[in-house]
Amino acid sequence: MIIAEELTKYYGLKPAIQEVSFHVNKGEIVAFLGPNGAGKTTILRILTCFMSPTSGKVLVDGLDSRTDSLDVRKRIGFLPENVPLYNDLSINRFLAFSGSVKGLKGEKLKDEIERTTLICGLADQRDRLIKYLSKGLKQRVGLAQALLNDPPILILDEPTTGLDPAQIIEIRELIKNLGGERTVLLSTHILPEVSQLCHRVIIINKGIIIAEDTPDNLSENIQKKKGLRTLIRIDGPQADVRNKLLSIEGVSQVVEGENKGEFMVKSVSDDKIRPIIAKTIVESNWGLVEMRSKDISLEEVFVQLVTEEKGDVES
Amino acid sequence: MRQIAAIFKKELSISFSSPIFYAATFIFLVISGYFFFSNIAVFNDYSLRAASNPYLSDRLNLSDMVVKPFFGDLSIILLLMLPLITMRLYAEEKKEGTIELLFTYPISDLATLTGKFCATLVVLLAMLGGTIPYLIILEIFGTPEWGVILSGYLGIILMGGSFISLGIFTSSLTENQIVAAVLSFGALLLLWMFGWARAIAGPELGRILEHISLVKHLDSFARGLIDSRDLVFYFSFIFFWLFLTLRFLNSRYWRG
Repeated sequence: MIIAEELTKYYGLKPAIQEVSFHVNKGEIVAFLGPNGAGKTTILRILTCFMSPTSGKVLVDGLDSRTDSLDVRKRIGFLPENVPLYNDLSINRFLAFSGSVKGLKGEKLKDEIERTTLICGLADQRDRLIKYLSKGLKQRVGLAQALLNDPPILILDEPTTGLDPAQIIEIRELIKNLGGERTVLLSTHILPEVSQLCHRVIIINKGIIIAEDTPDNLSENIQKKKGLRTLIRIDGPQADVRNKLLSIEGVSQVVEGENKGEFMVKSVSDDKIRPIIAKTIVESNWGLVEMRSKDISLEEVFVQLVTEEKGDVES
Repeated sequence: MRQIAAIFKKELSISFSSPIFYAATFIFLVISGYFFFSNIAVFNDYSLRAASNPYLSDRLNLSDMVVKPFFGDLSIILLLMLPLITMRLYAEEKKEGTIELLFTYPISDLATLTGKFCATLVVLLAMLGGTIPYLIILEIFGTPEWGVILSGYLGIILMGGSFISLGIFTSSLTENQIVAAVLSFGALLLLWMFGWARAIAGPELGRILEHISLVKHLDSFARGLIDSRDLVFYFSFIFFWLFLTLRFLNSRYWRG
């Protein structure tokens, strides 16, 4: 559906992104994840034909974004960062404008405004002037204009920034429901958003893609690298337990936890190690109160990848 | 066409809900009213003196003494006011970020530009509409030549269109509305001053400069003469600046 080939964009002499290549399949929800200034917005702006890359190209449904710009734009609904809107217009008038520009007219235009305002929870606010709306409502208006004419591709630049927690949940739910038939590309620096919403994540730092996979696979890979982590709570003598755990083959590190009897055991990445740990504890006649795996969160994956990247560059 | 109409309607809604339009139109009408009144006062004074001096009465003519100078006055006020109307057209979109919507919607730059230009032309017509009562007063108390008046309005509209096209261009260059207004006002004033350049620049260069002066081409319209040279000048001027605007907007595709 979307193929980006070696996109590079310079702002003056400074590269914003360098040789970024990726593809997005139909129906996928893909997130660009990266710290502020990583180049996410630049990539999305190139995809939406707002600007051209210095080199490289984007194909949307086989159409080149540079030469078939209008046809590419017809297929995309875009919510820009910070949601720019015409403040002096009412929601209704603004959506009528957006719809007409997208080629809708008459009854179809009315129906589309009806549909999108309903989806975005704006149905009873349509006559209000945009300048008097709260940030959350403006975000919804931005989303509604992106949804007009039901584009097959949705590109959302930081769709939940600046919203309160309740609004964030609502907007995420909305985006989740929009997926399915549609291809959704979003950028964010909020990690839980990615694991909750997306099929695939592209992690980008300083204009370069540093990882690309499903959120689960990313965690798993890092986990393999860093080893398996198991949290255990044991009723027994602290020092003995520690020594015993360390003596198990495959256990590399045992760290005492915050609570009494709690240990974080780092071991080789092999699921067989856990029954051995449990058996050892039971055979020593200590009480095994709790044992659970401590998965690596996306936050840790992200920090790990970004730091690895930094290390690579420095070395 | 529908897309042009959508941009046109949006621009009109925004213009007519903006205080700048009302402030500029108010000042435009106050000053043009004052000029009109003073033209009439001079004419009045002249008529009184003509009553005792028949030689003067030969030169008494509403078109020459009231209508023609009035259009000249209108052009000066428009020179001051139109940059304030055009400054927001692209600069505001850039500043507010709505240009991102405009450039990512499936609409060509030409359609956007056409919609914006036509809407601003309507704003100009609305401003000029406020001056029609002055001429109705003339009709009530005298016998103005309506042919001259209509030709004068045509000239003013063409000149206003020229101001607008240059204003749109400067607005597309920057995201700062004040900079856009200053650039457009400065450029218009310079083109205006070319009309007096003959005395300074010598006869040859002066003649060329006079030809590109905006004010010289209004003269014949204000006298009731529609000359194809003036029409060609104003249309070329408008197309030239609109074309430059379009090229500048398009440049985002190749600037990389």
